[in-house]
Amino acid sequence: MLAEFPAQRSETAFTDYKLPLYPAQATVEAERCLFCHDAPCVVACPTHIDIPQFIRKIASGNDRGAAKTIFESNILGMSCARACPVEVLCVGACVFNDLHEPPIQIGKLQRHATDRAFEEGWRFFEAGAPTGRRVALVGGGPASLAAAHELRRLGHLCTIFERREFLGGLNTTGIAPHKMKADRSVTEAEWVLAIGGIEVRSCAEVGRDVTLEDLERDFDAVFVGIGLGADSRAKLLGEDLPGVLGAVEWIERMKLGDAGLAGVRRAVVVGGGNTALDAMRELLTLGVPQVTMLYRGTEDSMGGYVHEWQAAKAAGARVEWRTVTTAFEGANRLERLRCVRVDASRAPLAGSDFTLAADLALLAIGQSKLGAALAGLAGITLESGIVRVDAQGFTGRPGWYAGGDCANGGKEVVNAVAEGMAAARAIDRELANGGGTKRKGAHHA
Amino acid sequence: MPDLSTDTGGIRSPNPFWLASAPPANSGAQIQRAFDAGWGGAVWKTLGTPIQNVSSRFGGHTIGGIRGAGFTNIELITDRPLEVNFREIAETKKRWPHHALIVSLMVETREEWREIIKRSIDAGADGLELNFGCPHGMCERGMGSAVGQEPTVNERITSWACEFSSVPVLVKLTPNVSNIVPHGMAAKRGGAHGVSLINTIKSIISVDIDRFVPEPRVGSLSTNGGYCGAAVKPIALHMVAALAREPAFGLPISGIGGVRNWRDAVEFMLLGSSTVQVCTEVMLRGYRVVEDMRDGLEEYMRSKGFARVHDMVGKAVPAFSEWGDLDMNYETVARIDADKCIGCQLCVAACHDGAHQCIHPQEGTRVPRIDESECVGCNLCQIVCPAAGCITMEPIDNGHRPTTWNDHTNKGATLRPKKGAH
Repeated sequence: MLAEFPAQRSETAFTDYKLPLYPAQATVEAERCLFCHDAPCVVACPTHIDIPQFIRKIASGNDRGAAKTIFESNILGMSCARACPVEVLCVGACVFNDLHEPPIQIGKLQRHATDRAFEEGWRFFEAGAPTGRRVALVGGGPASLAAAHELRRLGHLCTIFERREFLGGLNTTGIAPHKMKADRSVTEAEWVLAIGGIEVRSCAEVGRDVTLEDLERDFDAVFVGIGLGADSRAKLLGEDLPGVLGAVEWIERMKLGDAGLAGVRRAVVVGGGNTALDAMRELLTLGVPQVTMLYRGTEDSMGGYVHEWQAAKAAGARVEWRTVTTAFEGANRLERLRCVRVDASRAPLAGSDFTLAADLALLAIGQSKLGAALAGLAGITLESGIVRVDAQGFTGRPGWYAGGDCANGGKEVVNAVAEGMAAARAIDRELANGGGTKRKGAHHA
Repeated sequence: MPDLSTDTGGIRSPNPFWLASAPPANSGAQIQRAFDAGWGGAVWKTLGTPIQNVSSRFGGHTIGGIRGAGFTNIELITDRPLEVNFREIAETKKRWPHHALIVSLMVETREEWREIIKRSIDAGADGLELNFGCPHGMCERGMGSAVGQEPTVNERITSWACEFSSVPVLVKLTPNVSNIVPHGMAAKRGGAHGVSLINTIKSIISVDIDRFVPEPRVGSLSTNGGYCGAAVKPIALHMVAALAREPAFGLPISGIGGVRNWRDAVEFMLLGSSTVQVCTEVMLRGYRVVEDMRDGLEEYMRSKGFARVHDMVGKAVPAFSEWGDLDMNYETVARIDADKCIGCQLCVAACHDGAHQCIHPQEGTRVPRIDESECVGCNLCQIVCPAAGCITMEPIDNGHRPTTWNDHTNKGATLRPKKGAH
């Protein structure tokens, strides 16, 4: 059911940027935790893991209890421990920051407990008493995995429709390999599925292999977690030249196979978000000598996290602020970018044109939105291609829920997990109250 | 520069830091290295009829990740031949004539005491310490704490020692008694020139929860050990102070129990100790720990204007009183400095669950609010607060005159209304 990745992939060259804690280090770090009341770290975590409690358990040598506390709130706690931007979430909220003491390394402690759970094969959850209800989950990424696991705990049968051969979504194809590699994400998906009762239909694309009508007819509720689509294009001259790629597309290629960097000496990444920053660090680690970011704004306005930009700079990344590209040029493949400086209002500055030699350009200027896949369903509202939902992930159409990037526009794995779990609980409540796609009077558009 | 030299019952040393009678003072080579490192004196590991020890012998109590916060041992007195010990005592004294070398002793009969005291003094001992404190192994043989727990036996053996000795005699007291004062008084009646306390506390340091055997484990069995280390300091301070404030007592005190640094030593001194003895911290970190003890004490004395150690000995004893003499109308409330608060709200949890439910979270800020009308001034919030200077206990003028419980019960003095007692 789950695809095997080649053993030799470009991402296997990466080592962990944040090293795991040795058991003794974990104990010492855990002992430092103040065990705050109504702790700010818990508030900052989208899945509201009871962080002080799991850390206290690590301190006493109760790693199993710690792992259970984590997974209770976040079944993807293992990958979130690696992928979360803890600097702006739990660790950023730690009260030690205000004492000018190093904040507790919550991510590393979470990794300590959850890695241990995987190593030891600990499992904590069982399926709930069967309700006889069936829920379809469209897309097999973090949001759907979290939702499916929670739905199973509540006794509902689940079917995941995933267009690829493997599960995990961006957790598998997009996380920077110095944080987590693809096979780890797939291992996690298998660990989640072990609760049983989750059917996976891989290589199944909604609209092609299964229709919305099929879903509405065959299931009591549907959760949509289809993520984002292909990299946005710049719509510029020369964009189709070999050597010009979408950043997300290239990152996936690098993670699952060969990054295709033979002969690449100078790379340019267009964009100022976290995908751009990841791509730069990855290119540098894979040996590209010169990697430059082109960003239309400045350090203050870039979308990427400050800590990620600092790390990219430390790795040797160059930058051209307030610069946009106007064309990609080359005889048979990319040789240079034509660029121009812009002012604060992003208007080009006359006479500031210049060219930047490059063998590779990665476009990290956003991804397409996939909400249009649901366009035919009455009651569902799209906003710029994003599925509109309430705080519980309800779309407005009975039985239909959405979460993750397709509904939040593109956030972190931990947000997708939180949204998937919230939607699962809301689905359970709706079904218990006689709602869902099959409720009397539900419209079938 | 302050003068660190001291005199405890006639035993003089260049500074008040002595090695306690224990493994770090087991041999001449060790004690000479300790003197090289800066220790002012040493109490030689207890001499008597050499014994044989078991393995293992020590156990540690880890608290909050701090290894050895408490410590235990089941080691006995010296296992080395007496003639070797005496030869090394003579060598050490010859090399270090101005350092205090005290010999700890533990034997049974009057004749044995006479013999071993003579040999100790002949070897060059500046003083003797009678080990009436060891709570493990030796007490089963009728010595150690078996003596220290019986004032009449304590007095009799002390009187023998004083009769036979031409150098000062300290009696080392056991804390394994309900009230230390009668035991100190027994030593005084026996003629002792001073006391040292506390010896170790009868204890089980921990249990191996996989093997179902207490620690330290000797094969498949264990036995009670003597507890010491930083965690016992409060017990030791109380016993030292209880003797120091006893008007009829008046003997010099060498304080022992959990001294890790100069601050601990100062506390013992302020409660009446003219020297302190250290074992556990040396066992955990080595002789070099004395450097900070000396530096820190010197700096403290300079900052307080104490020219000599004896200027500070007992300074806090008058303030160690009975509960009935405390001012019932003295009132404090906790105050939070919002600028220093880091919003951990440990004070909220502590006050709600462990005290008087007067510290409350507030909307829109992580800084809690203190309901002063309910605050009993218990200190718990200040104790748990990790931000230095954030929570202070502020005395408030409640308009009531100072009044003790004794004045209230004996003279009908008026007490302020109770707080937090509804």
